[in-house]
Amino acid sequence: MGLLSDPNRRRALIGMLTRMPVDWLVRTMQARGLEVYTQRFSRKLPFPDEDKERYMVKGTNVYGILRAPRAPRTEALVLSAPCSPGNENNQAVGILLGLAQYFRSQIYWAKDIIFLVNEHDLIGMQAWLEGYHHTNTTGMDWSPLQGRGGSIQAALSLELSSDVVTSLDLVLEGLNGQLPNLDLANLFYAFCQKIGVLCTTQGKLPRNDWDTTSGYSHAVQTMMLMVLKQASSRPWGDHGLFLRYHIEAASIKGVNSFRPYKTDATTVGRLLEGMYRKLNNLLERLHQSYFFYLMPSLTRFVSIGYYMPAFGLLALILLLRALDLWVQLSSPPTRTTEDGVEVVPASPGVLSILTPLVISHLTGVALYTLPVLSQELAVEHFPVSETEAVVLTAIAIYTAGLALPHNTHRLLAGEGTEQGWKVLKLVAVLYLAVLLGCTALINFSLGFILALTLVPLAAFITPHVPKTLSAVVMVILSPGLTLLFAVFFFQELQETPVTLQEGWMLYLSVISQGILDHALYGSLLYPLAALLVYPCWLLFWNILFWK
Amino acid sequence: MAARRCLGLWFFLITLCVVSTGADVLHTTPVTGTESSAAGTETVVARELPEAPSDPGEHTAAEPTREGEQNDRTRGGEQTLGQPTREEEQEQEKTREGEQTPAQPTREEEEEEEEQEQTRGEEEFTREEEEEELTREEEELTTEEEELTREEEEQTREEEELTTEEEELTTEEEELTREEEEQTREEEEEQQTTAQQEEQTKRWEATELEEEHVHDAAVPPLAGDPPAADPPSPPPSKDDFQEELVIRPLHSGDIYASFQFRTVWDADFMGDQKVSHYRLFPKSLGQVITKFSVRELHISFTQGYWRTMQWGQPYLPSPPGAELWVWFQDTVTDVDGTWKELTNVLSGIFCASLNFIDSTNTVQPSASFKPLGIGNVTDHSFLRYATLPREIVCTENLTPWKKLLPCGSKAGLSVLLKSEKLFHSTFHSQAVHVRPVCQDPQCRTTSMELRQTLNVVFDLHTSGQGKREWSLFKMFSRTLTEACPLASSSKVYVDVTDNPQGEQFELSPATPLLTQAVVLGDRRTYSVYDLTQQASFGSSRSLNMLLRWKAADGEMLRPLLHSERYVAGYGLQAGEIHTLIYNHHPYRAFPVLLLSAVPWYLRLYIHTLTVSSKGKDNRPSYIHYQPSKDRERPHLLEMLLQLPPNSVTEVTVEFERALLKWTEYTPDPNHGFYVGSSVISALVPSVVAMDTNSTLDRPLFSSFFPCKEEASYFMRVYTEPLLVNLPTPDFSMPYNVICLTCTVVAVGYGSLYNLLTRTFQVDEPSPGLAKRIANVIRRFRGVPLL
Repeated sequence: MGLLSDPNRRRALIGMLTRMPVDWLVRTMQARGLEVYTQRFSRKLPFPDEDKERYMVKGTNVYGILRAPRAPRTEALVLSAPCSPGNENNQAVGILLGLAQYFRSQIYWAKDIIFLVNEHDLIGMQAWLEGYHHTNTTGMDWSPLQGRGGSIQAALSLELSSDVVTSLDLVLEGLNGQLPNLDLANLFYAFCQKIGVLCTTQGKLPRNDWDTTSGYSHAVQTMMLMVLKQASSRPWGDHGLFLRYHIEAASIKGVNSFRPYKTDATTVGRLLEGMYRKLNNLLERLHQSYFFYLMPSLTRFVSIGYYMPAFGLLALILLLRALDLWVQLSSPPTRTTEDGVEVVPASPGVLSILTPLVISHLTGVALYTLPVLSQELAVEHFPVSETEAVVLTAIAIYTAGLALPHNTHRLLAGEGTEQGWKVLKLVAVLYLAVLLGCTALINFSLGFILALTLVPLAAFITPHVPKTLSAVVMVILSPGLTLLFAVFFFQELQETPVTLQEGWMLYLSVISQGILDHALYGSLLYPLAALLVYPCWLLFWNILFWK
Repeated sequence: MAARRCLGLWFFLITLCVVSTGADVLHTTPVTGTESSAAGTETVVARELPEAPSDPGEHTAAEPTREGEQNDRTRGGEQTLGQPTREEEQEQEKTREGEQTPAQPTREEEEEEEEQEQTRGEEEFTREEEEEELTREEEELTTEEEELTREEEEQTREEEELTTEEEELTTEEEELTREEEEQTREEEEEQQTTAQQEEQTKRWEATELEEEHVHDAAVPPLAGDPPAADPPSPPPSKDDFQEELVIRPLHSGDIYASFQFRTVWDADFMGDQKVSHYRLFPKSLGQVITKFSVRELHISFTQGYWRTMQWGQPYLPSPPGAELWVWFQDTVTDVDGTWKELTNVLSGIFCASLNFIDSTNTVQPSASFKPLGIGNVTDHSFLRYATLPREIVCTENLTPWKKLLPCGSKAGLSVLLKSEKLFHSTFHSQAVHVRPVCQDPQCRTTSMELRQTLNVVFDLHTSGQGKREWSLFKMFSRTLTEACPLASSSKVYVDVTDNPQGEQFELSPATPLLTQAVVLGDRRTYSVYDLTQQASFGSSRSLNMLLRWKAADGEMLRPLLHSERYVAGYGLQAGEIHTLIYNHHPYRAFPVLLLSAVPWYLRLYIHTLTVSSKGKDNRPSYIHYQPSKDRERPHLLEMLLQLPPNSVTEVTVEFERALLKWTEYTPDPNHGFYVGSSVISALVPSVVAMDTNSTLDRPLFSSFFPCKEEASYFMRVYTEPLLVNLPTPDFSMPYNVICLTCTVVAVGYGSLYNLLTRTFQVDEPSPGLAKRIANVIRRFRGVPLL
C-alpha cells in the first residue's frame, strides 16, 4: 500500500503496466500484410493533468499502411483507434485489426488505407498528424514518420468499450469548433440505416415527431449540446485534430446502454467496411455539402444561412449603439453657462482612453501567462497541487482584474468627463463587435454564446445606471461565470445533473483542461478569452465605474 | 494481295469451323465483318475445287459462305468415316463456341478487342508469310510432299488461330489440352490450303529479295555479313526478335514478372532510302521515328508505385502514370513543334492522353536523361521530357502495345498477356524503348532496337489468396505451349539466387539450365527454360512453372537507395515539398542527380531550398534551375548531390499555391493537382563490390581489387507523385444559382424597373452621408434636425 500511496509513483506504475503492446501490434499488422511503422513521441505537459493522470507523456504510435493495388500513393484514408491504458478500447483495436485483414485481401482499393493505433489518445494523434505533415505547432517531440500514403482524404476514429453495443454515436465537433463536411455524417447515417444499427448524435436518438412540443424540445436540447460542445473549442474525439489539416474526420463511439437489442462487432465492422468503400470511391474530397451547420438530430441540420442572421442581428445592436455614440460625439451638446458663454467641453485626451485599454489588456496578458508560470511558486507557498495552483491563480487574477477602475482613476490626472466615457464606450463597442464577428466566423457557437451574454451588457452600460445592480449583472454575465453556467447547463442537457459542489469541481477541471488544450493541441479558446474577451469586458466594467 | 488471300483463308477456316455446326449458327458467325474479303474467300474455294467433288459452275455463281459450308460438309463426311469419335468431340467444341458467339455482342469491350484482333490478324499474317518465305527461300514448293515436312509451321499457325478462338472461351487447362489434340487433326485438313498459299507467296519472295539487295547495296562496306549474292544461300537476317520473361519471387511473398521483347533491325531510318518494307519492326512506330527524326524514344505507362523497400529494384523503373522522353536528331530545327506533333501521334498510337503534354509540363533536363543508345549527344536542346502522373493505364493501352509485337498475343510469351489478369495485380508497367544500338562489335553501323517491356507484380493476398504458391497459370491464367515462331530466342528465367539448395522455395518442373548475370549490381542466378526446345514443355506439352515457398518471410537485403517525397504543412496558402533520399550503404558515399519538375501553379521559393544530411548542410555540387513562367512552363530543378554513407538526405523547398483562373481548374478541382515524380539518377556502388571481405565461391586471386565493372551501376529511382490541393472556389450548385439569379435580377429586371419607375428632376446638392444618417437618428430621438 505504501508503494502506491504516492500518486506519482502509482502513475508511473500504472503507466508501465498498461503500456501499449507495440511489438505485438507490429507483428500482428505485419502478419496481415501491412507495411508497419512506428512513431515515438514524448511530451511534457505544462502542468499535470489530473483528469487523465499524466504529466510526462511518452508513447509510441503504431500504424500499418495497406497499399492500394495500382495506386500511386497519392491519396489515403485513415482508420484510427486510440489504445488507452487499461482495457477501455481493446474492442476497437480488435475491429481495426480484423478490418485490416479483410481489407488486405480485397482488390478494389484505390486509396491507401492507414490503420493507426495511437497511444495517449489525443497527444498521440497530435504527434502522428504533426509527423505526417511535418509541422510542429505545439513543441512536441516526435520521431519522423517513415511511411506515408499521400494526402489524407478522410479519417474515422473508432472507440468501443464493449463487445456488443446498443448504438453508435457520431461525434463531429473538432478543434476550435471545426466540423467535418456534412456528407460524412450523412454517410454514417445512411449506412446505419442500411445495416440497421441505432445511431445517435450527442447521445440522442433522432425522433420523428418534429411537430410536437416534446419532439421539438428534444431537438433543441440536442442542438444546444452541439452548440456547447462546439463552443468549448476542444476536440471531442481523436478525429478533432484532423480537421486542422482539412481532412474530413469523425469519431464513432460505441454506446452500450440497457436497451435489449444489441449489435455485435461484426455489424460494426460491416458498417465501417461500407463507409470505407464509399470513401474509397470518392473522386474528390468531400466538399459538396455544408461545413457550417448545427444538428438538431442526425437527420436534420441547420445551415449557416439560417443561424448566421441571428448572430448578425445581435451584432447589429452593437453597430447601432456605436453609430449613436459617434453621432453624439460628433455634435457635442453645447452647454450655456450663466454668463451666456457657450462652452464646448474639451475632447478627452488620448491618454484617458488608452490607459484603460492598456491596463485591461495587461490584465489579460497576466491571466494568460501567469497561471502556468507561477505554479511552482504557488505550490511552494500554498498547500495545493500544481493543477489546482494553476486554476486558482487564474481565478485570482480574473477576480483581481475587477479592482481595475480604481487603479485607472488614480493614474488618470483629472476627472473623467462625459465625453471620455463615451469615447471609451465607442471603442469598446466597436472592439466587441469586431471580436464577436471574427469569433463567430471561426466558431459560430462560441461567438453566439459570447454575443448573448456580452451584447446586452454592452448596450446598456453607462456610468449613470444604478451601480450595484449593474455590477451584479455584469459579473453574472462575465465570461468566467458564463463558463460556469455553461458547465451546469451542459450537465443538465446530458441528463447528468450535478450538485453545486460537483459543479464547482467540474468547473475547475474545465478551466485546467482548457489551458491544457491550448498548450497541447493549440485550442484557441483560452487565449481568446484571456487576451481579448476578458479585457473587452473589463472596458465595460471600467465604463460602469467611470467617475 | 497475299495478305488479302491469307485473310481470306483465315476466314475460310473460321467459316469452316462454324458452318459445320449447322445453318442456324451461320447468322451469328464472325463472318459478318468480312464482307469486303468475300472475294478472297471465293478464290480460295475456287482453287480448291478440282479436288472437291462438287460442280464448279455452281461455286462461281453462288455466294461463298454457302460454298464453304458445302465444302466443309463434304470434308466432314470424309472425316466421319475415318474418325467418328473425333468428329463428335469437334462438334462439342464448336457448339460451345456457337453458344458463346451470340453472347459476344453484349460486351462491347470484347467485341472491340475481337475486331482489333481480326485486323491485327491481317498484319500478322503478312509478316509471318514473309518470314516463311525467307527461311524457305531455296526450297522448291511445287510438290505436295513438302507440306508434310512443314507440318510444324502449319501447326503454329493453326495454334494461333486456336488461341484467338480460345479467348472467347472461358479458359481452363483441360480445354487447352483438348484443343491441342484437335490441332493435329485440323492440320490434316489444312494441307491443301497451304499448297495454295505457298504458290501465292512465291511471287512475293522475288520482289522482297530485290528490295533487300537494293537496300544492302546502300550500305555495303559497313555491313558485317557479305550480301547475299546468290539466291540459294539465305540472306542476312536483317531483323531479329527475342522474347524473354523473368520471374522473381519477392520476399514479401509477392511475385514479379518482367517481360522483355526485343526487336533489332538493321534499317537506317535516317538514311536517304525510305524504309517502307517492315517485317518484325512495327510499321506504325517506324514511320513515326522516320517522320519526326527521333533518335531515341522512351515511353512508359505505369499503374501503381514500385515499392522499393519491399520489392527491391525493378529491372526497368518507371514513374506512376505516363512518362515520355525523346531525343531528337540534331537535324530537327523546330524541336518544340516536332515534340508537340509527336506527342499527339503517340497519343493516337497508344490510346493514351499523351496529347495533354504541352509546354506547361515539358522540361529539358540538362543532366538526368542521357541517351541510352549509342551516339554522344550533349546538346540537351534536342531532349524533351514529360510526365503525366494522372494517366490511368488500362486495357486500352495494353492492346495497342501488344499490337506492336510480331506475334501479337497469339504465340510465344505474349499469350500470357491477358488484361484480366495483368490488371488484377499490384503493379503494372508497360514501356516501349526505341534506341540505336551497335550492329556489330566494331560498331560501324547502327541498328534500331525496339524494346518492349512489361512489368507486373502479383500480390500474395489478393491474387494469391494468401497461399505462398505461384504458377504461371495462377498468375496469368494461361500456360506456355510454344515459343513465338518468329523469335530467335524465347526464354523464361526464374530468379533462384536466394534459393541455391532449394530451401526457400521449390521450383517445378526443374530445369538443368542455370545462368548467372550481374543485374543491378548483384550477381544473380537464374533457372532458364528455353521455349525453343521442345523438351522444356515436357510430356504435357505445356509449361506451367510452379513455385512453392517453403520458408516463411525471408529477409530482403535493404535496397541501397530509395526515396520518399511528401508535402508538408497545412492550409491552402503555402506548403513545403520534402524529398528524402536514403543511402543505406554502410560505408560508401555516392552521387545522385535529383530532377524535379514542378508545375507553375506551385510557386517555388527557391531561396528556401535547403539540402541537409545527417543534420548538416549538404551543398549540391551542381544546380540547374529554370524558373517557371505562369501558364507557360514548369519549374525545373536539377541537383547533383553527394549522399554520405548510411544517411538520409533531405531536400526541402517551400512553395506558395497560386490562385488559378476559374477556367483553369480541372473538372474535379477538389481532387487536387498532381505534381509528377521526382527522378533520382544514381551511380550506386554494387552489392558485389560491397563485400570486399568475401571469399565465398571465388578464388583468392580474383578478389583483392574490387572488380571495376561491377563497382557501381546506374540506377534510377522515382519518387511518389504528389497530390496538392489548391485554393478552390466553391463551384457547387448554390454558387451557380446565386450568381445566375443575382445577375438576372440585377441586370435584367433591375434596370428595367429602374427606368420604369424613376422620375427625373433637378435636385439641389444633397447633404453629406454622415449628416443624413445623423438626421435619421435625430428624427428617431425627437431632437431637431441639423
